[in-house]
Amino acid sequence: MLEARGLGKVFGRVAAVDGVSLTLQPGQLLSLLGPNGAGKTTTVSILAGLLRPDHGEVLIDGHRMAGDADPAKRRVGLVPQEVALYEELSARDNLRFFGGLYGFHGAVLERALLTVLGLVGLADRARDRVATYSGGMKRRLNLAAGLLHDPDILLLDEPTAGVDPQSRLAIFENLEALKRRGKAILYTTHYMEEAERLSDRIVIMDHGQVIADDTLAGLHRDHPGARDLEGVFLALTGRTLRD
Amino acid sequence: MALTPLLAMVRKDLRLFLTDRRAVLMSFAAPIVIASFFGSIFSSVGGMAERARMAVHIVDRDGGPISRAIVTAVRDDKHFAVTVSAPDDAWEAVRRGAAVAAVIIPPGFGDAAGRAFFGEPHKPQLKFLYDPARSAELAMVRGILTEHVMRAVSRELLPGRITFPYEVREEAVTARARVAYNSYAHAFAGMGVQFLLFAAVDLGIGILLDRQRGVWKRVRSAPLSRAMLLGGKAASGTIVTLMTLLVSFAFAMLVFKVRIEGSVLGFFAVSLACTLMATTFGLLIAALGGTPAATRGVATFAVLIVVMLGGAWVPTFIFPAWLQQVTVVVPARWAMDGLDAMTWRGLPLTAAVVPTLVLLGFAVLFGALALLRFPWDES
Repeated sequence: MLEARGLGKVFGRVAAVDGVSLTLQPGQLLSLLGPNGAGKTTTVSILAGLLRPDHGEVLIDGHRMAGDADPAKRRVGLVPQEVALYEELSARDNLRFFGGLYGFHGAVLERALLTVLGLVGLADRARDRVATYSGGMKRRLNLAAGLLHDPDILLLDEPTAGVDPQSRLAIFENLEALKRRGKAILYTTHYMEEAERLSDRIVIMDHGQVIADDTLAGLHRDHPGARDLEGVFLALTGRTLRD
Repeated sequence: MALTPLLAMVRKDLRLFLTDRRAVLMSFAAPIVIASFFGSIFSSVGGMAERARMAVHIVDRDGGPISRAIVTAVRDDKHFAVTVSAPDDAWEAVRRGAAVAAVIIPPGFGDAAGRAFFGEPHKPQLKFLYDPARSAELAMVRGILTEHVMRAVSRELLPGRITFPYEVREEAVTARARVAYNSYAHAFAGMGVQFLLFAAVDLGIGILLDRQRGVWKRVRSAPLSRAMLLGGKAASGTIVTLMTLLVSFAFAMLVFKVRIEGSVLGFFAVSLACTLMATTFGLLIAALGGTPAATRGVATFAVLIVVMLGGAWVPTFIFPAWLQQVTVVVPARWAMDGLDAMTWRGLPLTAAVVPTLVLLGFAVLFGALALLRFPWDES
């Protein structure tokens, strides 16, 4: 469904992404892991059409994504790392705006926003200003905004950062439900236990390159000394501080 | 369908604007308050405000009939608030800024002036002490005093035989006969332009804040062209800035009897062109700006310079000649000229054409630069 071929992006003298290739199939959740500065967010930005790669291409069902207004972008939903919402507006008004960007209006828009608010458990707080929400509620609404136009492919950039265990669990359940519905999900995170729980495949990046791309079992097979995914991750990326 | 994203952007921006009480207050109330203040300072609307008299001290060290006649005439003059005082008091009043000037009539002035009147080369001197911060008013004091001295000397020396050879009839040239100049028209145009530029700064800062909090990423991930994204911002910015200007003028019309004495169509053409210029200026701020806080400081400074040079605070005719020439490159100058022409000057539609075209030219320039320099890549 989603395929990245040889993506490359250079900022100044730094190759943020260097020859990244990966594929994502319907009903599959791919975790994209890597230390800070590994190129995960840049890769997600290219896949979402926010950033033009210096080389390589992104294909959706064989169609090469090109340009800002490419209709294929409708098939992609982005949940940015930041809580990308207007705190001054209600959840409903935020979703009306984001839905409007995809051409939704009237009854269709109202139905879509009720569906996603129900999915993330915020239907009863729809009219409240986002500023009054807890951190976990904002993260759930952030997810809802990415799902509003019912995309086939969902790109989530650290969607659980700073979230309490209850909201995290709720987000996991949402993602598992979406996976069952055939959505293709790409997920970046620093939490190894999340990747262990959710992933069908795990891609590990470092210095802008893919250094591993396998199932959890396959990674363990290649690194028999590692007790868990964190052990595999440290074996591949080393223990040097990156920040 | 194609317009749905644009309408969504406009609706959201208007909602955000109206929920921000500070923005609403700054956009509507602040220009009204400041323009009312400026308008009242420069006001000469019939009977609404009395022109301030210039404080002048006069020292009569002569005490003769001519000097006494001069003192009497100056005291009766409507332009002056006269205090007859001793030399030291007069000097102190000017030094403290309590008086624009002090005029000292020296001993023997009347006799010497009489001889000089008939051609004697030695002329007596009237001494002027003046406040250097108010040199413009000094010229007025000197001119009016010259008239009184000439009248007093001629009346004393040749009573009934020499009269002042002319009278002055003052007529303010405004839109039509019996339509008084309304200083509030210029003040509200000036503050309207200033605050619509501030609203444009808010538009630019809003985009920078969207980038900072990741909303712009989400917006950019939608299948929308760059023209649509900037067009949506421009549309909402134009609506907000136009509201700013029109609300100010509506208030001025209701409360201070400001009228569009010229072409109504011309007034709206200039207003719309001005708001388009301001909106694209806001987009340019978003394109060139760094952090929202730093950008706000620089942009606010730029707006203050632009409106000051554009004559929004005080009319450009008091600027030096070279500066008046330079300000033709300042868009606010054209906005002010256009709005003045359509309000109190009462000029026809043709007088709005050049300001409107120039403002649209600035809008095209700012918009093109914004489109070229906008950092589209989200890294």
